[in-house]
Amino acid sequence: MNVATSGAIDCDIHPAVRTTKDLVPYLDDYWREMRVLRELDRLDLMSYPAAIPLSGRPDWRPKAGNPGTDFQMLVEQALDHFDLRYAICNCLYGAQAVFDENMAAAFCRAINDWLRAEWLDRDARLRASIVLPAQSPDLAAAEIERLADDKRFVQVLFLARCDFPLGRKFYWPIYSAAVRHGLPIGIHAGGMFRHAPTQSGHPSYFIEDFAAESQAFAVQLGSLVSEGVFTKFPELRVVLIESGVAWLPAMLWRFGKDWRGVRVEVPWVKETPASIIRDHVRLTIQPLDAPPNSSDLLRLIEHIGSEDVLLFSTDYPHWHFDGDAVLPSLPATLLKKIQVENPLATYPRLAEAIQ
Amino acid sequence: MSTQEVADPRLHTDKSDPVRVGVVDCDIHPAPPAPDEMLRFLPKRWHSYMATYGARIAGQPTSGIVPYPRMAPGHGMRMDAWPPGGGFPGSDLKFMQEQLLDACGIEFGILQPLTIGSTTTNLELGAALCEATNEWQLEKWTRKDRRLKAAICVPQEDAAASVAMIEHCAPEKDFVHIAVPTRTVEPFGRKRYWPIFEAAEHYDLPICMHPPASGFHCNTPTGWVSYYIEEHVAFAHPPQTIITSLIMEGVLERFPKLKVVLVEGGFAWVPALAWRLDRLWHRMRDEVPHVKHAPSEYFPRNFWFTTQPMEEPESPEHLLDTIRWIGAGRLMFSTDYPHWDFDDPRNAFKTTIAPQDRAAIFRENAVALFRLNEA
Repeated sequence: MNVATSGAIDCDIHPAVRTTKDLVPYLDDYWREMRVLRELDRLDLMSYPAAIPLSGRPDWRPKAGNPGTDFQMLVEQALDHFDLRYAICNCLYGAQAVFDENMAAAFCRAINDWLRAEWLDRDARLRASIVLPAQSPDLAAAEIERLADDKRFVQVLFLARCDFPLGRKFYWPIYSAAVRHGLPIGIHAGGMFRHAPTQSGHPSYFIEDFAAESQAFAVQLGSLVSEGVFTKFPELRVVLIESGVAWLPAMLWRFGKDWRGVRVEVPWVKETPASIIRDHVRLTIQPLDAPPNSSDLLRLIEHIGSEDVLLFSTDYPHWHFDGDAVLPSLPATLLKKIQVENPLATYPRLAEAIQ
Repeated sequence: MSTQEVADPRLHTDKSDPVRVGVVDCDIHPAPPAPDEMLRFLPKRWHSYMATYGARIAGQPTSGIVPYPRMAPGHGMRMDAWPPGGGFPGSDLKFMQEQLLDACGIEFGILQPLTIGSTTTNLELGAALCEATNEWQLEKWTRKDRRLKAAICVPQEDAAASVAMIEHCAPEKDFVHIAVPTRTVEPFGRKRYWPIFEAAEHYDLPICMHPPASGFHCNTPTGWVSYYIEEHVAFAHPPQTIITSLIMEGVLERFPKLKVVLVEGGFAWVPALAWRLDRLWHRMRDEVPHVKHAPSEYFPRNFWFTTQPMEEPESPEHLLDTIRWIGAGRLMFSTDYPHWDFDDPRNAFKTTIAPQDRAAIFRENAVALFRLNEA
């Protein structure tokens, strides 16, 4: 057991669907038939191929099947080993990326019911994000309503690259439902490939594609603030999951300067973007694009300007660190905040469970 | 640039006034007073084409206006930059001398003409426009003021035409760099652009990459943004894509002396990108076996960054961390005259920079990179 993380709240772990066969018990008759007829047997995300090194630490890969598919391994290697108080399951699967919004909604519903029955019901430490068909905000909001009474769902989940920037009014029905039920919006690295991953088209290599994910996170923050989402929904919290973190200060500085120059374009943005973002946005710590030495890491945290924004995560079974090196080298008081206090402040449903 | 090589003693004693030290401005936008001035340099065939079919600029839903209209007339010009004698901001040499070159002590000014030759979808027209812009810079600017240095504008999507243009212009010493917009049809490390790198390396000409007003793809990976403020924040992203692509495609192994300047894209993001690429490369270098070094090792060898719009941390002294992480040797001062977010060398930095770093950033790095002492 890793004592340093004892009692920590892990804000990003990844149980994985093996194939859509796992989901059959949770699909209705129509989609069961379509699954066979249309050969919808695998919906793995192109933005997160299971075989790449990043997707599974070598010692965290089951003998058969994709990383994250073995319940017992997840319990032992993540929950028990790091002695976690809670862990939030973020299931990344292609239901979030397909073009047909009805197909997306059917498979998202199935994933959420599968998460409940095969993960949450089997270990009281597990919590989950509601997987959403972002293709259709109406269907997504309906899915939130369907599951809202189950307090083990503590967040709703988006991928970082969507159809539209997430500030657009198109998505507001989702935010309205999320706020109504005390659910933060989680945005996880990955995408729907509606647009090229860069402004210069598709890069050749996965490594480039993944490097560019931080751009998508920055765009989403720019959009959420500029479109006035936090003006309309002041209680909304957004969690950037697997973003890399280090890109944030540069974005805050540039955004702040631009806001001072052209705020007349977005008069509903009344405060500096940095203060809005620090009030509303949180980031998970794995992976951390950290400078090589710890004093520089402290400087970076100082640039972010808040000790409240970072949330502990292992990102199990993704391979960002080896052994127990899950915690960045930071002062103990700050680590305590990152591991427990910040997650509890971010996810009201976790705090409710403790009372 | 080693600070020991700085000859001028004033660089070490004068801590406050870069104007007295001499400044190289790496981002000046010359403009024609009216669009028809360029027609003089353009073959007749294209006059009627432009009049009939227009310039066909990629990624612009409306013509006659940029996709994200700016907050000041002239598509975002400094309000006081309109020449008293008429014409567009940046079009009157005498007024530019008065307002910029003399007032700000600009010893050398690097022209960055924003030609649509690089962003039109008609590549032949693009080549003609670039050629016109190149001739125009000599006639209208560099031959009239020796402080000003020209860009070889190229239609980068046609590498053969670009190389021909570089070969044609390189012997003329007033050309000190090759200009390419930051948003290209493919990531800039792809093989279609390699002939340009070969020519750039051969003639030892840096490639300066400046954001265009539009591009060939969606302006974010998650759909078109609504507002100029979002677009402008995202101007910091194409330079990151360029660096990533040039490293991961192996361009910097094949062309180790390539010099790339990221203009007007900010620089505070540079350290985070280097840390990110190193982390990913250590994990997945088997995907890019042709990349022989940790990505961060290419940064101090192949890349430079201009300073405008100056990064402004909430606590100004945080900029010193950024400069330390990047290295003062990679930064070059720029004003972006006559655009609205112009930086004046006298007050661009909101914190005190060490004298040797000031000398490097305001002057020495650019003098060395563009070989301005030879020009």
